[in-house]
Amino acid sequence: MKRILTASLALTIIMAIAPAPGLAQRKATIQNVPEIQFTSVPNFLKLPPGEHLGESVAVATNSKGHVFVYHRSASTRLFEFDQTGKFVKEIGAGFVNFEFAHSVRVDKNDNIWAVDEGTNTITEFSPEGKVLMVLGRRPLAVLGILAAPPGPNLPAQKYVFCRPTDVAWDPQGNIFVSDGYCNNRVVKYDKDGRFLAQAGSEKPGSAPGEFNLPHSLQVDLQGNVWVADRSNNRYQVLDNNLKPLREISNLGTGWTVCVSGGPHQYVFMSNSNPNGNTPGSWDITGEIYKAELDGTVLGRFGHPGKLAPGFQVVHMMDCRNPNEVITGEIESWRVQKLVLQPVKGK
Amino acid sequence: MKRTLLSLIAISVAGTIAIALAQSPAPAQSQAPEIQFDSVPNALQLPPGVLFGEVGGVATNSKGDIFVYTRNGHPTVSFGTARPFSHGGSRLYQFDRTGKFVQEVGKDTYGFQVAAQVRIDPADNIWVVDQFTNMVMKFDPQGNEAMLLGRKAESENIPARGGPGRGDGSGQQTDLFSRPTDVAWDAAGNIFVADGEGNARVAKFDKDGKFVKSWGKKGTAPGEFASVLSIAVDATGNVYAADGGNKRVQVFDNNGTFKTAFSNVGNAQAMCLTKGPNPVLYVSNSNPTDDIDTAGEIYKMRLDGTIIGKFGRAGKLMKEFGTVNAIDCRTENTLYVGELGNLRVQKLVLH
Repeated sequence: MKRILTASLALTIIMAIAPAPGLAQRKATIQNVPEIQFTSVPNFLKLPPGEHLGESVAVATNSKGHVFVYHRSASTRLFEFDQTGKFVKEIGAGFVNFEFAHSVRVDKNDNIWAVDEGTNTITEFSPEGKVLMVLGRRPLAVLGILAAPPGPNLPAQKYVFCRPTDVAWDPQGNIFVSDGYCNNRVVKYDKDGRFLAQAGSEKPGSAPGEFNLPHSLQVDLQGNVWVADRSNNRYQVLDNNLKPLREISNLGTGWTVCVSGGPHQYVFMSNSNPNGNTPGSWDITGEIYKAELDGTVLGRFGHPGKLAPGFQVVHMMDCRNPNEVITGEIESWRVQKLVLQPVKGK
Repeated sequence: MKRTLLSLIAISVAGTIAIALAQSPAPAQSQAPEIQFDSVPNALQLPPGVLFGEVGGVATNSKGDIFVYTRNGHPTVSFGTARPFSHGGSRLYQFDRTGKFVQEVGKDTYGFQVAAQVRIDPADNIWVVDQFTNMVMKFDPQGNEAMLLGRKAESENIPARGGPGRGDGSGQQTDLFSRPTDVAWDAAGNIFVADGEGNARVAKFDKDGKFVKSWGKKGTAPGEFASVLSIAVDATGNVYAADGGNKRVQVFDNNGTFKTAFSNVGNAQAMCLTKGPNPVLYVSNSNPTDDIDTAGEIYKMRLDGTIIGKFGRAGKLMKEFGTVNAIDCRTENTLYVGELGNLRVQKLVLH
């Protein structure tokens, strides 16, 4: 209770100072966080001649260290690189569910899941690039453009996404989806894609277990679900049945979250600088936090900047190795591999 | 009112049993015997760089070659033009009987946008139905365009969600279509088009493509349709029209006179009628595209409407179905099934 009171007090003060409305980026209220030293590997990804990345909103690695980048160039495309950054292949070239990349994640079987918020779909690919499973459906062309209707959102349906943002799995293989920009919920499916539960709804909300733009999610080895609840300026932790456990509201805006590989897992959370780089935003945002799963923050690193190692809206992160974080950025069309100085945790 | 009375009289003439069936549609037959079956792994080998989208149609020819009409492209509207022009979105692929890729048929065809169906006639011509361009396109076995029914709109206004869509379901007598879904032929070569989701009627053409007549309009009475989602014609010329929205298959004689309805198959969306002396009809009670927790099974039935058995259910795994839109049954116990939700074709062997 005390903590909540303190938090709301801090919030009030910030609201009073900050000139911009609710969507403005939030300065983290946490203090005295140690800086983690890091270097950005120069020219990490080597693209073939004539190829380039667009908005590199999503990046993930598989068990071999191969790097997958799901990015928005003239078309939305999914590229695979090896662990040295050498280009391997393109997956799903021209695939019908690729219109507007949002996230890519790799499951424990090294299957690659692409979350496309332009087609309301999540597609699982085998390592060879075969389609294994599709969640959601691309709206049928003959019905026209799926314009957002006026008024409140339509009731969320079990198997229909509204601009979904991310996908994750628990150790049993259950599938979790953050959905998204127009729904405001987290959905749990079993490993075969059957609906089990949801938290939140089509309506935005700020109570525990409600969301306002759930923008990214990950599941730790205990099966707890970490959600970047972006427009609520917080992260929420849910149990495996999507009951809210706690929230983290002192790390600025909850843009994106990454839970590292085991057995000792860390969580990375990014208070990304906002799209458009609103005046003054570089002074208060852009850093990434490293924390224990109990929420203890161990350190922070990074700052906004057009040039590496600065960040331009970190959108998704890979942290399979907690000392090598790979970031995908929106407003500079790049992926950075960051080598972090190890920080002693608990 | 007068018309209603008249049609009621017509219905009584058509047959009391049919009325009883049509007016109180029974649920799909959950008690029907289960048919054991397997799904053949990797039945179709896609060439490098090709992935299926939603499979509108799948059909085989007399050699066992498999044709797949799939929504695997990006339907595109051009900016900066005098009117909105749309193009692209669906492609037609041919595989041999072993599932090996042979070729793409009709590449860049003007009428390919949203795949509805592909069917092969007795002479191995390939008939492609597109529900966006409102065309039924006949290709000869070599893939050359042979005859066209309907016409693609010159430009396309993009409807917003919840808009009226195209076709008012009035059943207008015309040789133009509104979201057609399927095509079939009788023994004389007459052409029957299921038209469709925008309109709600069956259109009949002679073998040369001359419009003869059409029947049906939007409604629930016998001879009316919620929409016509699939069509088949038996050896005697009877026409079977899948009226999924009304949860029935309606049977007509060759000139469109209502005969009976099968109301025991749920959301009839895809059908296939076998050839030979003892034909059977496969009907898919397809699950809605937004739900895998309901329906999804396929029925095998006799032409009198009695159910022999059923198999499958909705889902995303092998042997499960994601909104079946097409069934090929050239061989009675080896089926090819095209799905919307799972972007695939399954080859099923029934036991």
